[in-house]
Amino acid sequence: MSRMLGKKGNVMVFVLPALLMFLGFILIPLIISALYSLFKYDGIGTMQFIGLKNYADMFTTDPYFLRAIGNCLLLVIVSLVVQLPISLALALVLARGVKGEKFFRTVYFLPVVISSMVIGQLWMKIFNSDYGLLNTVIRFFTHSDFQYSWLSNPKTAFICTVVPAVWQYVGYHMLIFYAGIKSIPTDYYEAAQIDGATKGQVTRKITLPLLAPVMKTCMVFSITGSLRAFDLIYVMTGGGPNHASEVPATLMYGNLFRKGLYGYGSAQAFFIVIECLLFTFIVNKLFKKSEENASVL
Amino acid sequence: MKQNSVGKTFKYIVLVLIAAIQIFPLYWLITFSLKGNSEIFGDNVLGLPHIWKWNNYVEAFTQTNLLRYFFNSVFYSAVTVLVGGLFAAMAAYAIARMQWKLKGIVFALFTLGIMIPAQATLLPLFQLLDKTGLKGGYLGLLLPYIAGSLPMCIMILSGFYKGIPKELEEAACIDGCGIFRCFFFIILPIIKPALATASIFTFLGTWNELMLANTFVDSEAYRTLPVGIMSFAGQYSTNWGLIGAGMVIATLPTIIIYAFLSNQIQQSLIAGAVKG
Repeated sequence: MSRMLGKKGNVMVFVLPALLMFLGFILIPLIISALYSLFKYDGIGTMQFIGLKNYADMFTTDPYFLRAIGNCLLLVIVSLVVQLPISLALALVLARGVKGEKFFRTVYFLPVVISSMVIGQLWMKIFNSDYGLLNTVIRFFTHSDFQYSWLSNPKTAFICTVVPAVWQYVGYHMLIFYAGIKSIPTDYYEAAQIDGATKGQVTRKITLPLLAPVMKTCMVFSITGSLRAFDLIYVMTGGGPNHASEVPATLMYGNLFRKGLYGYGSAQAFFIVIECLLFTFIVNKLFKKSEENASVL
Repeated sequence: MKQNSVGKTFKYIVLVLIAAIQIFPLYWLITFSLKGNSEIFGDNVLGLPHIWKWNNYVEAFTQTNLLRYFFNSVFYSAVTVLVGGLFAAMAAYAIARMQWKLKGIVFALFTLGIMIPAQATLLPLFQLLDKTGLKGGYLGLLLPYIAGSLPMCIMILSGFYKGIPKELEEAACIDGCGIFRCFFFIILPIIKPALATASIFTFLGTWNELMLANTFVDSEAYRTLPVGIMSFAGQYSTNWGLIGAGMVIATLPTIIIYAFLSNQIQQSLIAGAVKG
């Protein structure tokens, strides 16, 4: 048995298909992207090494990049401040056991399985100025002929893409929290009950501290998901009107495939990777202490 | 006691309200996919259709390439799930069970792969597929899809391999049956639950994928549902019924699977999160 499992030929046959595909279609392209980001390159002419100039240009000469980062950070903040608390609250209520628990869980999670193209198209229609759901409801309640084109106004276009992003993934984070709460051993609760703790105390002193690792995971997912956001925005506004709703990913896409700025676009793509790693690192650092506490409990 | 029941009622009202918010846009989508323009744009924006216009669906199938997109999406998803699942199962087996020097590094690489956003590989992939002539055909999407499915599947599967006792396979494999027969006839059946989890994850990701499909496929013949519907939503922008029908058809397979396997789907989509 162990001889069979140690044979080099066998190992190769088992690992190589996956490894080669991974290297060829993910890792090596990633490295090439990183290299391109150091060059001035339009895909046709010669490549000129310019060091980190592309990265500097993003912050100094690009008219849209800072706004794109601002939009992206807004998405991050709304995810952290609005989405995660709602998800956590729902998980706490459902995990405590309510009638119809499974029904609610299933319904809350439902939008997660739907393609972001459909979600985007659907919400475009919700925000439609003439026949959209939102304006129809506003008209109904105000008895007026309210008209506002949410998506073609630069002031509201981006926030209109934030709403479905939050809406779609509330159930996802709820479920992660829910699974986390369910995995806490019931002994803790029983012990607390014997000591006469109230429900609120149990949540604050037991559930939440023990959820620290899960909270960390949710925050990392939420932040990195927001930083790489593309589909919904691409479908709903395409970064417009007049670049008002760009995020780094949509800008990058335009630079690569519409303007042919291969070097500069690659720098923006790689910037997203760096951002994700950086934020993951920061969140991990922030949670180090509370996780140690959780494991002591 | 009384206060408690007030609180309980309030809790339910909030739960139901949020459930309504989560489901209402989908209800609206389904109803307008069955209405004519006069109802959608006129007096019946929210209600059930007065006249059920199933013709929207007939039109969607006959006047657009929807059927073709649908089968393309089925094909891309099926091949990605099967090939990706097999490759991942084999690699995860080698990582979890076989003895070789580089397995730590290889596993770390795959784990790293989960963190890599598709944006960061898009351009080099585009060039690679373009140069090899694969761009625009089935393989041009299948190869990146399969590669992209591997990291997550390997993580799910190698976690599962670690949980099954070695004796189980040893007993079966000891009497001279080769590693391949052993893998296909003993190991694969054992890891079925984890394969199901990984497959669901891969299926949903592939079925709903937009960026690569939008970038690597230019001809209608190889287009996927999300890209196809996006393009005809632009083309028929005033015919909401038709677009709605297309969107319902693109969503229906996932909803049907979700209706039957909601627990498994929930488990598989958060598989990476809970383990981490």
